[in-house]
Amino acid sequence: MKLSRMTALLAMTVAMPAMATELEVTHWWTSGGEAAAVAELAKAFDASGDKWIDGAIAGGGGTARPIMISRITGGDPMGATQFNHGQQALELVEAGLMLDLTDVAEANNWKEIVYPPSLLDACTVDGKIYCAPVNIHSPEWLWLNNKIYEDLGIPVPTNWNEFVATAPKVREAGKIPLALGNQPWQSNLAFGAMQIAVAGLDAWKAVNVDKNMDVAAGPEYAAVFQAAADARELARGSNVQDWNQATAMVINGDAAGQIMGDWAQGEFQVAEKVAGKDYTCLPGLGLNQYISTGGDAFYFPKLDDPEKEAAQKRLAALLVSPEVQVAFNLKKGSLPIRGDIDMAAANDCMKKGLEILAGGNIVPSGDMVWSPDVQKLNEDLMVEFWKSDMSPEDAHAKWVENLKSGL
Amino acid sequence: MADISMSSAMTGPRGARPKRALSPRNIMLYGILIVVCLYYLLPLWVMVMTSLKGMPEVRMGNIFAPPVEITFQPWVKAWSEACTGLNCDGLSRGFWNSVIITVPSVILSIAIASVNGYALINWKFKGSDIFFTILIFGSFIPYQIMLYPIVILLREAGLYGSLWGLVIVHSIFGMPILTLLFRNYFSSIPEELFKAARVDGAGFWGIYFRIMLPMSLPIFVVALILQVTGIWNDFLFGVVYTKPAYYPMTVQLNNIVNSVQGVKEYNVNMAATLLTGLVPLIVYFVSGKLFVRGIAAGAVKG
Amino acid sequence: MSASSEADAIRTASAARPRPRWTRNISAKIAAIPMIATALVVFVGGTIWTVVYSFTDSKLLPRLRWVGLDQYERLWSQNRWLVSIENLMFYGVMSLVFTIAMGFLLAVLMDQKIRFEDTFRTIMLYPFALSFIVTGLVWQWILNPQFGIEGVVRDLGWTSFSFDPLNNPQTVLYGLLIAGLWQGTGFVMCLMLAGLRGIDEDIWKAARVDGIPTWKTYLVVVIPMMRPVFITTLVIVASGIIRLYDLVVAMTSGGPGGNASQVPAMYVYDYMFQAQNLGQGFAASTMMLLSVLIVLIPWAYLEFGGKKHG
Repeated sequence: MKLSRMTALLAMTVAMPAMATELEVTHWWTSGGEAAAVAELAKAFDASGDKWIDGAIAGGGGTARPIMISRITGGDPMGATQFNHGQQALELVEAGLMLDLTDVAEANNWKEIVYPPSLLDACTVDGKIYCAPVNIHSPEWLWLNNKIYEDLGIPVPTNWNEFVATAPKVREAGKIPLALGNQPWQSNLAFGAMQIAVAGLDAWKAVNVDKNMDVAAGPEYAAVFQAAADARELARGSNVQDWNQATAMVINGDAAGQIMGDWAQGEFQVAEKVAGKDYTCLPGLGLNQYISTGGDAFYFPKLDDPEKEAAQKRLAALLVSPEVQVAFNLKKGSLPIRGDIDMAAANDCMKKGLEILAGGNIVPSGDMVWSPDVQKLNEDLMVEFWKSDMSPEDAHAKWVENLKSGL
Repeated sequence: MADISMSSAMTGPRGARPKRALSPRNIMLYGILIVVCLYYLLPLWVMVMTSLKGMPEVRMGNIFAPPVEITFQPWVKAWSEACTGLNCDGLSRGFWNSVIITVPSVILSIAIASVNGYALINWKFKGSDIFFTILIFGSFIPYQIMLYPIVILLREAGLYGSLWGLVIVHSIFGMPILTLLFRNYFSSIPEELFKAARVDGAGFWGIYFRIMLPMSLPIFVVALILQVTGIWNDFLFGVVYTKPAYYPMTVQLNNIVNSVQGVKEYNVNMAATLLTGLVPLIVYFVSGKLFVRGIAAGAVKG
Repeated sequence: MSASSEADAIRTASAARPRPRWTRNISAKIAAIPMIATALVVFVGGTIWTVVYSFTDSKLLPRLRWVGLDQYERLWSQNRWLVSIENLMFYGVMSLVFTIAMGFLLAVLMDQKIRFEDTFRTIMLYPFALSFIVTGLVWQWILNPQFGIEGVVRDLGWTSFSFDPLNNPQTVLYGLLIAGLWQGTGFVMCLMLAGLRGIDEDIWKAARVDGIPTWKTYLVVVIPMMRPVFITTLVIVASGIIRLYDLVVAMTSGGPGGNASQVPAMYVYDYMFQAQNLGQGFAASTMMLLSVLIVLIPWAYLEFGGKKHG
């Protein structure tokens, strides 16, 4: 439909001579495990006769996205680029800058195999598919240091409520109950995890999917804010910046627990801790065993070159293929986007995630249901709330206001 | 405190050096300077010491202590092994790119700014001061704000993604401060020289090349230092306005230092930081004397 | 063009009576094209573009869908933005005062015919060669309560010693200041030193003959004579303050307490790129640019409007 428009927009793109087709792929996966996972993608792509030119940009999506968007709008796009699936690339798609992958999806039967289907929905604009999902990350996990509880002679909590109940003892022992980094997104993540756990699934869906603002302003969510206000007392004294520094507090026994995404287990692994013995992971904070299915997807900017376009489509198909999914996600520590593959090599925490996924206890991620603008507003609100003495009532009112701005 | 130390034995800044080395004044003077220098040196000390420790020692020990066991592994890793995505060749990958970006950018920006300064002082035309004021205003604009407008300008000019596009961007953002310095410097060159050359029939470029340039070595050194530092340390423009083939060293540095996931290897961070800063640091050490002399002329007269 | 046609176009003449014929000074005008183009197209053009799009609801891509003053209303209702401005004003004033005062005092000390001047100067200047990201990283570390200064002093036996500026909303801006001053004062010291070296020896002699105390000579004679140095310094330091961004990101990410060290440039960047709300980011940048104009216009008027110099 928008094919004609792209020719004009990308008229300046210089076509490269086509041999083994080179595709430049930009992404922000740069830590050890992430890079190893990307290497799997590159290996598979190179093996298929094309050439992966790596364009990694460190510093997270906040640093990388402006660069990617600038290059796409500047008329010098890369061959493929990572975004979180959801609304981040929506406007680029609407502006006709992105390649339509519908034929690839149909040829490879993505509609059947991509699980949960919401992942593909997040890639779909006006009935056409514009991205290839590669993994699922869920943020709603509570990570606990078992040794602290053993030393105190109390059982390791099995859910959030027990965690809160035992927190005073942890505090008495001179430990910080809950580690929380200072960066805004971490406060927002912690609140997001508590939303499903405390308000329950129905209320969560009413607010985040059906956008029912009465529920958002109602008692279920007042309870979430009250719980968060209690939780922030538990986080007093954790003065670190990065999430992995906060995780390190749990690993080293300075803090009892941390709410963080499934990527935290990489830190435990590096520190040679064993799940179940040294640490405990509780998806959905152990209360509502629901996880949200955020994650990453690849988008393919339109290039004025049939050779490249063919290579882009080959790459898109490859990313979803079973072998690549297994190899990539084992290295990345994330969950695969299809349920029909063997993940026997996964570790304990990952298996818990797979189980929940297989049981269908999933909800869409914040990136899918709210615009980046609303997400950012809430990050700002949450970090202020968690790190100061803002009253839960004020925060609640402001939160509802933020959500309304995104309707 | 500083006032007392000065007034007690001041003989004026150009006076003879006092004979007694251990006068109370000198103890005060050098005492203060040494304390101040400790403040400046502390981070460098921490950086160097940390870069020579292994990770276990970094985690355990205090950051000010010298390494128990000296290792150069962090330096090796930072230079040739640290990974950006799949490319595990460390900072060495971007080093030549940084050189290729910095050299033409520095030359072009200094050439333009020096001509600007010269035109602003010796060849004032109607409106020249207005343009200068706008330039100074431009120096206050946060870079991030200009990202998109410049993407559009470069796209329209067909320069997006090319090395020249980046060189031009660096020249544009270096222009305000450099023009200010050159303008001030040239205004300190006696006008009689200029007038005499005019009488001899020299034109705009003649005077610039035969009179102004030879007299301006110090201010060129200042400009050189400022630009080498600024452009060498730049990350944002280098990564937004070029393609990976031209990514400068700071992209790898950013990766090593700014990695948001995974374990932070502080020793490698510090080694990478020092390695990346080496070029500007060397320029400073080599041309430090000329720097003050150049600044003297560039900033004193207005 | 021949030299003779330009002969009377030298600056005194052209400054005194404006030339109606634009062909005068043609070489100079051609040579100034890059400057004019930069000033008009990039700075003025970019600014106007930014202001225009601040009245739209542009999200990820700039679009001309007008929403009037909505972006500004939202901007000024954001607590984070208000706090950012307060923080920048506090940091800016402190930073300006301390940078200039420290720079000047150090320059005075350095001007006492000291030995090892080169060494001292190099030590004070080298931080300027390092980027803010690096500066922030190192100082965040030194100020870290566990293994930085606080930890080391406590290990020495003073267990109640407390020095943790970055984790207290009341003191975090001072923590930033420690790092910011470290990076920038050396350069200002050089500027000031150069200014002091430019003062004529005869001035000092005259002051001594008149029996004016040294400190008074600095205050009443030397500092007024160094006005251009102070202006250059002011422009360089102030433009750095307005742009303050990397240092905060590296040291505190805007915290503690959520926004105790937020600054406007961070708001702009976060909303333009993380929130993908260009309109909001542009509205914030427009406010920043406006405040710069408010400061600069009186300066430009004083500098160029009143007396001509040179």
